[in-house]
Amino acid sequence: MKKANDRIAVLKTYKLYIGGQFPRTESGRYYAALDAKGNKIANLCLASRKDCREAIGAARTALGNWSMRAAYNRGQILYRIAEMLESRKDQFIAELCAQGMSRSAARKETVGAIDRLIHYAGWCDKYQALFSTVNPVASNHYNFSVCEPMGVVVLFAPESPLLGLVSVLAPCIAGGNTAIVIAHQFKALCAISLAEVLNSSDVPVGVVNILTGNQAELMPWLAEHKDVNAIVQSQKDPSLLSDLRKKATGNLKRVIHWPVIDWHDTAVQSPYRITDLQEIKTTWHPIQQIAGSGSSY
Amino acid sequence: MATKNKSTIKPLRLGAGWKYAPAPESSASAQIQHQYELFIDGKWQPPKKGAYLESINPATEKKLYRAAVATEQDVDKAVAAAQKGFDKYWKKMSGKDRGKYIFRIARLMQEQARELSVMETLDGGKPIRESRDIDIPLACNHFFYYAGWADKLEYALPNRTAKPLGVAAQITPWNFPLLMAAWKLAPALATGNTVVLKPAETTSLTTLKLASIIQEADLPPGVVNILTGAGETGSALVRHPNINKIAFTGSTAVGKWIQQETAASTKKLTLELGGKAANIVFSDAPIDQAVEGVVNGIFFNQGHVCCAGSRLYVQESIASVFIQKLKDRMATLLVGDPMDKNTDIGAINSAAQLDKINQYIRLGKKEGAHHYESDARLPQKGFFCRPTLFTKVAQSSRLAQEEIFGPVLAILTFRTEDEVIEKANNTPYGLSAGVWTDKGSRIFNMSRRLKAGVVWANAYNLFDPASPFGGYKESGYGREGGWHGLYPYLTF
Repeated sequence: MKKANDRIAVLKTYKLYIGGQFPRTESGRYYAALDAKGNKIANLCLASRKDCREAIGAARTALGNWSMRAAYNRGQILYRIAEMLESRKDQFIAELCAQGMSRSAARKETVGAIDRLIHYAGWCDKYQALFSTVNPVASNHYNFSVCEPMGVVVLFAPESPLLGLVSVLAPCIAGGNTAIVIAHQFKALCAISLAEVLNSSDVPVGVVNILTGNQAELMPWLAEHKDVNAIVQSQKDPSLLSDLRKKATGNLKRVIHWPVIDWHDTAVQSPYRITDLQEIKTTWHPIQQIAGSGSSY
Repeated sequence: MATKNKSTIKPLRLGAGWKYAPAPESSASAQIQHQYELFIDGKWQPPKKGAYLESINPATEKKLYRAAVATEQDVDKAVAAAQKGFDKYWKKMSGKDRGKYIFRIARLMQEQARELSVMETLDGGKPIRESRDIDIPLACNHFFYYAGWADKLEYALPNRTAKPLGVAAQITPWNFPLLMAAWKLAPALATGNTVVLKPAETTSLTTLKLASIIQEADLPPGVVNILTGAGETGSALVRHPNINKIAFTGSTAVGKWIQQETAASTKKLTLELGGKAANIVFSDAPIDQAVEGVVNGIFFNQGHVCCAGSRLYVQESIASVFIQKLKDRMATLLVGDPMDKNTDIGAINSAAQLDKINQYIRLGKKEGAHHYESDARLPQKGFFCRPTLFTKVAQSSRLAQEEIFGPVLAILTFRTEDEVIEKANNTPYGLSAGVWTDKGSRIFNMSRRLKAGVVWANAYNLFDPASPFGGYKESGYGREGGWHGLYPYLTF
């Protein structure tokens, strides 16, 4: 009950983030975000199969441009996300607290996420130099192998509501993939607030799409969708992984497992998370054999 | 509908018109046993249930040898031997010593290269020229290359300590039997894993010979185990609970089955599966060189190549000239005795495979594509197929979408670069591609946009132990060869 002189707060409507837009779920379904005591804080969209399909379409459309951007430019954009998050960190801390986290834990979660983005921003134009090769083949060919993004990637976000989510998202987009993030069902408020950050960080439309809902319900649709190239699962549960692998065989999606317990541990950040979502392409190019006549110049 | 060869130049009809004096390689160098047992724990052991499979020479349909059929009990025994070999010897050995053993295998193979080549050709039907100049030398080189990695693994993965996985189950196909065994064994051994390998049932001979070379090299018992047998042996191996790694080369359907079957396990998986590669010829390409490349792309090894350039995309402005030159060149291809050193196209690997190829040829005709084949004379006995092409093939035709695994080329045309990129990528596969053009910047643009693991520019079907090989999409995952080929056998 409000007291006489209190201002009536404007509550935020949490929606999905698909193709740079904030639509409600087409299904009209919702679920409640709760605080630590079980009181309702907000309604969240319970995303549907069709929302997934829309998000996959947006991610596919965005892939060409994003994967062809200069690696340096991708690095700048990841850095920009960190800047935007930094400037709004109080909002994220408050949101995490509202969902039951202690103030110190919420702070640690938020700054951890910002620092992780900075870490991967720096990798954008460097992992290629470490994981590509020039191969000394026996014939007269210039032969080299480079990393290329796998394509459209579905990320089942871990329970850690901000740091965990950012820790799976950053290596995925740093490597030029586009993403559909399925936020963990609970404590999903900051997943949507992160979408607002992404939306103002020069991240091109469709590169990151974020859905809230029931991961288990959406998993089969995403795993069986023919236009998804890879799926990342970060829950420990082996039966979830096994189901996912089975459903993903239709088009031989790459299923990547990052079972992380402590997302604060800096050991979880590495260029190997980027290369886990890369294909290796080898090109053979002939070398002309004219002139020289044996001289070594 | 059949079309006639309408060349304005009188073609050299070497295939049919001219008779070449036979130049057969002697089969005397191959010491083929009547019967082969299983190679388990460093010893030749008969199969528990006593069953054997006959293997024939596909060029003569005559019996060549019989090989044991490994059952579940034999698989169990081999996996236990491999585990013991890992715990007792291989994981304790220094990388330097492991490397020396692998170098030894490479040298022994080189010494016996001619015998291996003859065996490969008699067993699988590929021309002796190919097994002698390509399969066997490349297989030797692969061991030599990876032997050198064995004591350098601490340099392999930046900031990580690499460790072997344990026991690797490896299943190889019938198209490059010894080469695929080398692709699988060499990196597995160099990284410190032990192996149970199953060759394809129609072509086990050179892998069995390799087992005796490994015995001769005095590798500790159980480090390499060779089990012969068909699909059931393979599935028992895949399902075995004590293996840590599966490396499979074969069809996409079986690859998918393996992913399903191992979904609940922690077995690390690499799959090298089918393909339907686009070989793309632009109007500025050196035409005669491109014709050679297209011929090599599709008729190499009778087209039994997962990365075969089975879809030709030729730019519309040069299509008629190009296709005519291609037909002229096809007319000169010698089809026949694989042991003859002049033979270009040997025997189809099996009666079943020949049936499958002929079904696709009938289908292509029925779908309305224009069929053309050379008029090469085929031997009376054995499984043979003339070099064949189809023009007027629709992008949606099964000829352009499905892997035929035979000497059958589907030809499509294009006008613009964008169009051909779209068409080339429009397949569930993504193993390889070829680009023929005189323009360097175009090569790199095409290479970047084609969704394929290997792109050959003004070249086709080249392989090297230093060069990673493997697919995008439904052509599988993981790489074999080069530095990238170490990763599938390591954990950190």
